Amino acid sequence: MKYMHLVYSNLKRKKIRTFLTFASVLVAFLLFGYLSAIEAALEIGVTVAGADRLVVRHKVSLIQPLPESYEAQIEQIDGIVDATPATWFGGVYQDPTNFFFQAPVKPLEYLAMYPEFLIPEEQVEAWLNTRTGVIVGRAIADQYEWEIGDRVPIQATIWWKRDGSRLWEFDIVGIYDGAEQATDTAQFLFRYDYFDESRSESARGLVGWYIVRVDDPDNAVAIANAIDDRFANSPAETSAETELAFVQGFAKQIGNIGKIMTGILSAVFFTILLVAGNTMAQTVRERIEEIGVLKAIGYSHRHVMGLVLTESIVLAGGAGLVGLALAWFAISRGDPTGGAFPVFYFPTADILVGVLLAITLGVAAGLLPATQAMRLQVAEALRRK
Amino acid sequence: MSEFNGTLVKARGVSKNFKRGSETIHVLADLDLDIPAGDFLSLMGPSGSGKTTLLNLIGGLDRPDTGSVEVGGDRIDSMGSRKLANWRARHIGFVFQFYNLLPVLTAARNVELPLLLTPLSKKERRQQVETALKIVGLEHRTKHYPRQLSGGEQQRVGIARAIATDPTLLLCDEPTGDLDRKSGDEILDLLEALSKDHGKTIVMVTHDPHAALRASRNLYLDAGKLTAERPE
Ligand SMILES: Nc1ncnc2c1ncn2[C@@H]1O[C@H](COP(=O)(O)OP(=O)(O)O)[C@@H](O)[C@H]1O
Ligand SMILES: [Mg+2]
Repeated sequence: MKYMHLVYSNLKRKKIRTFLTFASVLVAFLLFGYLSAIEAALEIGVTVAGADRLVVRHKVSLIQPLPESYEAQIEQIDGIVDATPATWFGGVYQDPTNFFFQAPVKPLEYLAMYPEFLIPEEQVEAWLNTRTGVIVGRAIADQYEWEIGDRVPIQATIWWKRDGSRLWEFDIVGIYDGAEQATDTAQFLFRYDYFDESRSESARGLVGWYIVRVDDPDNAVAIANAIDDRFANSPAETSAETELAFVQGFAKQIGNIGKIMTGILSAVFFTILLVAGNTMAQTVRERIEEIGVLKAIGYSHRHVMGLVLTESIVLAGGAGLVGLALAWFAISRGDPTGGAFPVFYFPTADILVGVLLAITLGVAAGLLPATQAMRLQVAEALRRK
Repeated sequence: MSEFNGTLVKARGVSKNFKRGSETIHVLADLDLDIPAGDFLSLMGPSGSGKTTLLNLIGGLDRPDTGSVEVGGDRIDSMGSRKLANWRARHIGFVFQFYNLLPVLTAARNVELPLLLTPLSKKERRQQVETALKIVGLEHRTKHYPRQLSGGEQQRVGIARAIATDPTLLLCDEPTGDLDRKSGDEILDLLEALSKDHGKTIVMVTHDPHAALRASRNLYLDAGKLTAERPE
């Protein structure tokens, strides 16, 4: 530690160069943080998908509705614990850019289906007692500053009301949290019975899809086939798949985005490695004579190597850590798209990767110059005047 | 080893050659040298005669091609580089012609550099730095950076750095070579005092006969060998 003053003094020698290097590394790590958060947001569905949950939709497409009556029929199939419907509501809150998932559901069944949604008992009670009640996830509650007791107007885009109006009003009765960092806390869930009675007659009794829990995830595929067989040759044939496959299908394009991001990040990191490495190489080149003096005074080759490496780690590693901290800070302030992502957070695993990357960068950038400084022979170094 | 009596430096049959391209430069040839403890020796000789080379060999910055160099009973010509660095830290103080202070450090921090290698505490280091700067008469310049000091002052910081660890042997390579007469004289006064009052053993390379007069003994380097008489 007593050498740190020397390390800092050397970094201050060329302030502008140090600053520019620091800034480019910092920006790279800021980018890394943001892209990690975006990727996590895009992959969220895949990571939270329950292995014991199936999604049953219309064979033709997700948009085609299924009859309400399928619920009871699905529940008769062996190996199925429960089935519960959900429907894409797709309404607009204030502005079309305010995007979040809205669905009419059966409260107790849906909450049982998603145990990762944590909500106080009395709020569930309130939901059951309030026909127009809605529960919302913590993320959107925070984003729109909703509180329990607020009335939220939603403009329907698909589901007109029976009287032809498009305005639906819901009363917030509960706010749920996620059991894990990756849990989707951007859902807006209201009561199916209220929804079904209020919508136009012709649309009654139709739901978007079913979520099904099986008793043994190992049988999930067989059970999915059994469901599809059950409704084969009916007017509404089904396509059942595990939630994981369902979300993965949705996320396939996203996977490609992830690859592109990795590619961009690799290029960025390669560039900053060159930037930081060049700075360190210049630094050592300018200081050959001083390094010679240090060695004459009694600093060993290893000492000198350690000093140069430390300098590099402080510069590149320090900038990396500051970049990560800034990224964390910016990310925790919220989703830059204003709600297009179900979650937006800096995954802990990525933070660790970032820290490791920062230190590795520091070592890698300093390694060659440090070795060069180490090899320097004193008499030679002092002769270069 | 500071209280070492008798012959401090004993070089025997030392030769040193350098290769420049295909050419071999014979700098030192079968040279012998004894320096008793407490000696203030001046080394003179024309430019390129090998004075710096000899100083480097005595100070463990370089190794002879043949022969042996013994300092305070240690055979430094056969020491490994890490051990040698360690040895230099404990026993040698270097003073350079161009001072060679680190421009990014204050005078006090420059003087502290060799002390960082010792197990001394921060407080003890500060005391040593103060003492060394007081000896060279710069106790009022501790926070100044080299560029804020005159050449003579910089050289005095250089000397303070060299004596901070209280080394056995002080090796000065043309310490006044870059200074005006007055500053040079002050540096020579200082070296003389270090020799007389502090009992330091000093080897000083110089071009300047006037400077050499201050030493207790003069040697001339000529054709790779040392002589006591100035060659004509
Ligand atoms: N590392 C080296 N490589 C090649 N030649 C060198 C090297 N060191 C010294 N020399 C040569 O050895 C001779 C003596 O150099 P030096 O000891 O510096 O002389 P002085 O200090 O007396 O001026 C010079 O000719 C110098 O060019
Ligand atoms: Mg010389």
